[in-house]
Amino acid sequence: MIRALALLAALLFAQPAQADAFSEAVAGLSAGGFGEKIKAVETLAALGDARAVPILRAMAEGRLLARPDGALVIDGHDATTGQPAEAEGALAVSINNRLRSAIQGAVGRLGLVSPDPAERGRAAQAVLDSPSPESAAMLRKAIERETDAAVMTAMRFSLAALDLGDADPARRLAGVAALADSSLDPQVRGLLTRLAQSDSDAGVAGAARQALEGAETRLRALRIAENLFQGISLGSVLLLAAIGLAVTFGVMGVINMAHGEMIMLGAYTTFAVQEAFRAWAPAWALDFYLVAALPAAFLVSAAIGIALERGVIRFLYGRPLETLLATWGVSLMLQQLVRSLFGATNKEVANPSWMTGGIELAGGVMLTWNRVVIVLFAVAVLAGLAALMRWSFFGLGMRAVTQNRAMASAMGIPAGRVDALTFGLGSGIAGIAGVALSQIGNVSPNLGQGYIVDSFMVVVFGGVGSLWGTLVASLSLGVVNKFLEPYAGAMLGKILVLVFIILFIQKRPRGLFALRGRSAEA
Amino acid sequence: MKSLRAVAGAGVVAAATLWGGVAQAADTIKVGVLHSLSGTMAISETTLKDTVLMMVDDINKKGGLLGKKVEAVVVDPASNWPLFAEKARELLAKEKVSVVFGCWTSVSRKSVLPVFEELNGLLFYPVQYEGEESSRNVFYTGAAPNQQAIPAVEYLMSEEKVERWVLAGTDYVYPRTTNKILESFLKSKGVKAEDIMINYTPFGHSDWQTIVADIKKFGTGGKKTAVVSTINGDANVPFYKELANQGVKATDIPVVAFSVGEEELAGIDTKPLLGHLAAWNYFQSVKNPTNEAFIKKWHEFIKSAKRVTNDPMEATYIGFKMWTQAVQQAGSTDVDAVRQAMYGQKVMAPSGFESVMNTNNHLSKPVMIGEIQADGQFQIVWQTKGPVKADAWSDFIPESAKLNADWTYPWVCGNCAEPKYKAAGF
Repeated sequence: MIRALALLAALLFAQPAQADAFSEAVAGLSAGGFGEKIKAVETLAALGDARAVPILRAMAEGRLLARPDGALVIDGHDATTGQPAEAEGALAVSINNRLRSAIQGAVGRLGLVSPDPAERGRAAQAVLDSPSPESAAMLRKAIERETDAAVMTAMRFSLAALDLGDADPARRLAGVAALADSSLDPQVRGLLTRLAQSDSDAGVAGAARQALEGAETRLRALRIAENLFQGISLGSVLLLAAIGLAVTFGVMGVINMAHGEMIMLGAYTTFAVQEAFRAWAPAWALDFYLVAALPAAFLVSAAIGIALERGVIRFLYGRPLETLLATWGVSLMLQQLVRSLFGATNKEVANPSWMTGGIELAGGVMLTWNRVVIVLFAVAVLAGLAALMRWSFFGLGMRAVTQNRAMASAMGIPAGRVDALTFGLGSGIAGIAGVALSQIGNVSPNLGQGYIVDSFMVVVFGGVGSLWGTLVASLSLGVVNKFLEPYAGAMLGKILVLVFIILFIQKRPRGLFALRGRSAEA
Repeated sequence: MKSLRAVAGAGVVAAATLWGGVAQAADTIKVGVLHSLSGTMAISETTLKDTVLMMVDDINKKGGLLGKKVEAVVVDPASNWPLFAEKARELLAKEKVSVVFGCWTSVSRKSVLPVFEELNGLLFYPVQYEGEESSRNVFYTGAAPNQQAIPAVEYLMSEEKVERWVLAGTDYVYPRTTNKILESFLKSKGVKAEDIMINYTPFGHSDWQTIVADIKKFGTGGKKTAVVSTINGDANVPFYKELANQGVKATDIPVVAFSVGEEELAGIDTKPLLGHLAAWNYFQSVKNPTNEAFIKKWHEFIKSAKRVTNDPMEATYIGFKMWTQAVQQAGSTDVDAVRQAMYGQKVMAPSGFESVMNTNNHLSKPVMIGEIQADGQFQIVWQTKGPVKADAWSDFIPESAKLNADWTYPWVCGNCAEPKYKAAGF
């Protein structure tokens, strides 16, 4: 009882003293230049007070406001006391990257004393972002207290990494030994490389070099896998851009220079749908605006495609040069139309949260979600189109008209309507390609121009009229391009691919998968 | 009464039209606007056309210039470099404009340069560029490399302790020259060749996977790494998206850009880009009365409070103000008289500093470094104490270090190692 009372008394007396140091440190956060602020953050972190965590987080996120009278306010509450406070005339406390890492480190160290194991696990990771001797000391203490096995492993790992910067060579050597197995991790590689290059102790440098070399083979294999994924991803973008053209140019034989603009219209439809969702849809639905954008983009592009076919192209069948010029003119008109409707500047189309970021495989190799989704989406679109052409009645009519128009008409197929619908289908697919491409590139009136040459390249290389040819051509061009790029650079890589296609077309004028039969002669 | 006056006004206008072009030419001062309104560069240049129109509108509201109305003659060179030269000739020879505000890319400027020199025209060029030029007929109101690139790199060296550098750019004259200057600057600061990675990509490059992965790999070299980006135009959006998706954070590998401003960020979701940097001479977020008035005027003119202002717009503003002041001082729009009046001309700029036109046809401007915020604006993290004088010929390229630009006596030259006129021996 007496002990409890004494404790209470001690607490009562100790509290103000600590609170003073605490509020003093907090007040320092808005003072002077970045250098002073960093010192204030370090002082605050050294107090080991968990109340500092929300304040520092708010600071990193720009929510910490400083009133002209010096008081600090977070979301309408005083930062130290938590009492409601006026934020009139308050400005956000300015921070820069160095300060931001200092805050991350401080929050990380403070998280080590959190009662929540998940929080401690995150903290064990976070201390690595801003290595310092203080972090190492705190981590060492935290490990002694730690009960959770998983968190313990994470802490040991971080400690080993921090030890690499220790003044004592023995500790550094121990750190290298502990990390040798995980030398694929980019952060660890960075630390080890520094040791290998510039450690004063030859033993430590040698051990670091050995650890780095041990992972070399696996790293090389990973790089190849990464290149392959990037190639497939580029290929799927080419496939999406070209697949609509494979219908209009490949099946119908129309040289449609406005194909890129159909993609652009799809992207702008995505933008419009996104804006509509932002204005009217409930918050949970915002992430799924793309689902609504797909049919909308298909309909918009298809409608414009059909209008183009009925209004211009049908009068020009069999006159490729005039078709080329007419559709080129239409493409310029569409660009200018969009420019006057939406303005010349880029439009912001945000990735939904399920398409942001990525999954990190070993060795810093990233699979980004938007790329993964686009690869799957491209395959789905191709499969859907192939099924439509193979099994539906419309697909049958389409194939009949392109193979022998006169005979198809004689059999009662309305050739004119099939033409219009086929062109509409090709344009509509370009529209949904636009939905996907708006997720990786910018949405501007010139968007289509970047894809038109690539699209023709893929269709010609794959063999006019063959969907499989389009698939194989786009994937192989993507992969070849990505394997050339690290050696030749983006510029030369592109040129080499073009040269390769020109040579290939000399040898096989009809592309990879040449169609045999009547349509091939036309 | 008011409607009566309107009717009378309409009558006067009608009469003036009947009188024909002769009367009109005498009553107005023509200002040429040579910015692409279609094609690749329309995205950036349309805004500058609007800025000039805003300034013309503004000066007409205040009673015009030398008692005359100012009339803007807008042409569209359509992002087509040879067409720039053709349109410039049309403006100078046919429309007889007193001054031209125009061009964005260096290649378009190089294309119109011979026309302006041949016909003795006057061009105000409002965009940051690679330097290595000073024409008598051009006033450069954007930044030279020593007003943008060099201070930005110095900031990263001292404040973020960067030791390893990726110089990434679009493949044309501005990035190539800037990177050449930066490379020799970095080497003069003791950075080793293996700590510099240079990478060029075509215009409108959209697949950044390999390059971003390479940057990440380069960043594991055991030293703090930063990217200096001279990537231009459309290619920026996919670049930043790829950076964000591959998880390259500004605290690990900061990217400092010289061609990304408020206008470019309007097309990107900036939340993942928090802390990446840009170097300019002006940001919309600068707090001072001149800037507030500038932003207010822009929002009223463009009739949208959502539109942003940016550095080339500010440079256009400064250029236009200086030109009107010089015309008033000279009492004429004659090119030679106005040029002489330009030197030493001062304008209180929206950056909050007084900009001065130097005798090398370049401005003195402050340098600012800003970090991207979640709302698409920049927060200024560093700025020079005062305006920095532009150096047309960089000191970091050996062949240009000895050259000087000065269009006043005794130099009278844009690229000379020695004055054209020897000082007489008295």
